[in-house]
Formats: sequence, C-alpha cells, structure tokens
Amino acid sequence: MDIGIVVFPGSNCDADTLHAVRDVMGMRAQFVWHEERELTGLDAVILPGGFAYGDYLRAGAIAATSPVVRALGGYVDGGGLVLGICNGFQVLLEAGLLPGAMRRNASGQFRCEFVSVRAERVDTPFTCALAAGQVLRLPIAHAEGNYYADAAMRAALAADRQIAFRYCDPSGGVVPGANPNGSTDAIAGLANPSGSVVGLMPHPERASEGLVGGEDGRLVFESLARWIGARHHAGRAPTATGVEVR
Amino acid sequence: METETAQSTQVRSVRIIVMLKPGVLDAPGQAIQQGLDALGHRGVRGVRAGKYFEVELTDDARLDERVRRMCEGFLANTLIEEYRFDVL
Repeated sequence: MDIGIVVFPGSNCDADTLHAVRDVMGMRAQFVWHEERELTGLDAVILPGGFAYGDYLRAGAIAATSPVVRALGGYVDGGGLVLGICNGFQVLLEAGLLPGAMRRNASGQFRCEFVSVRAERVDTPFTCALAAGQVLRLPIAHAEGNYYADAAMRAALAADRQIAFRYCDPSGGVVPGANPNGSTDAIAGLANPSGSVVGLMPHPERASEGLVGGEDGRLVFESLARWIGARHHAGRAPTATGVEVR
Repeated sequence: METETAQSTQVRSVRIIVMLKPGVLDAPGQAIQQGLDALGHRGVRGVRAGKYFEVELTDDARLDERVRRMCEGFLANTLIEEYRFDVL
C-alpha cells in the first residue's frame, strides 16, 4: 500500500505524519509535492498539518488552488481516499471536498493541548478500527478550528452521517466545557457521505507512540491499513488518476 | 479562467473589502478593541476587523461580474464572510 503525504510550502507536520505512517505503522509512504497532478497508484493521500502558503487569505484558501488539491476531486471520484489533518482539514473545507468553514477559535486563543474526541462514524477508511462512541485522547494545535455550518448544512451533515468526531469529556460526554474552540455541534472531524474523505482538527500523528504522550492516534492509521489491506485482498485497488477537475 | 479580450487594454483598480458576516464571532476585532481600551482610548463601542484588497485588472463590460466571481469563489468565504467593492 502506498500513502502519499502532501508537502505544501508551510506544511510542518509532513515529516511527523510520514514517521507515523511509515516508521510506526510500517506502511509504504512517500511525500507528494504540492505541484503534483498525478496521484495514480496512491491508496490514500494525506494533507498534513501546518500553515500551507502561510495561511494567507484564510487557512487553507491558497492551498485549495494548488495543482495537487485540484486533482483530489478526480482522485476521490476514482476511488481514492483522502485524510486532512488540522490545516489539511481546513484545506478540504476551502476546496469544497467537505462542507462548512472554519472561524477563529471562540476563545481568541491558539489552543495547543490534549482533548478528548468521540468517534461518531466508524465505517470510514480512517475510523474502521474504532468502536462507535470510542473516546480518543488526541492533541490539538490550532487558532482556526471553530467549525461553522449553517442550519441547512447541519441537517445535511446529520442526514448523511457526516460527523466523524465530536469533542467530548474524557468519559465521552459532549458537554460545552469539552469544546475547545466553539465548533458547531462540537464537530472535531467530518467525513463525506461515502466516508472516502475525512478531515479532523486533532493530530493523530502526534499521538502514535507512547514516547510522545499517547497512542490513540495510531488507530486512525491502523484503520487505514486495515481498510486498504481488505481492499487489496478483494482486488479493488484504486485505478484513480488525478484529473484536474476545476 | 478569465481570458483577456481584445478590447480590454484599459486597467481598472478595484477596491474590495471582505468582512465577517454580522453575528460571526470576530475574535481579532474583539482583541483589537481590548487593545484600544488598554491604551486608554475612550468611547470605543465596537471594532470589526476585515480584509482589504486592491486588484488591478483589465476592463471589459463584465468587470463587475468578474469581480463578484473572484470574491465569491476565493477572496471571501461566503459562508461566514461578506464583501463589497468599488471600481475606481
């Protein structure tokens, strides 16, 4: 299995993500430069955290115009899997691959701390190793993670089971005090209706080894390994090509 | 993408302002207001922070529409922001 980790100018979690996927999980992984248009043969593409293009204009807005992100729509249509972590999630929103927008944190602060999130959807390639309602302890590090969706979008998110993770207290209760940024419906992560695209604000790659304070994040990558392994076994490896769609 | 039309040799300057929609928390605006308060500026009842762009572009009959498309597709995130512009 081959995992592509996109490198934008300003990415700063690309090496951490490569380490988690390749060294910790033992998957084959490679960096993919942001000017790349060809994603053929990659089982999954990960947009890592950081400050792509300096977060100029809005977090993720310039990155959404890059060749690699503009190729993602065609890649997903061809069966490709995409995970956006933190800034990568912001990029997916700006690119329209997931619905909604990020506002500044309600506190006005950059929040950098461990939080608890509850798995709401466990049938995606990035959550299939989780139990429904399982609580993960993962670190966040962001200033713009205050997710916004209007009433119509919230209804659509519920109807299509698009909420992947919610901020919660350590016992799994979704309570106001456990929401670190003011996100609508305590949303910490989203999926597209089919589950092939997932974005989340917490950093699973920063919690993939006990040495760095937690291992819960490993379950996200374990899910991916399990999913891709099953897909290869069934002979349904992607033939996706990165076609520019806009 | 826009292609330049033959007659569009004149360049116009467009001033674009993007603001958060009313009701969307404006954390920078609030922080700036706190700063003004801290510096002793009296009577500041509100501060809203936004973005200002000056865009130079070739003129044609569809200039306004082109600017609106730039704003709606890129310069503003219309879920949470609104925009206005002047053509000079």
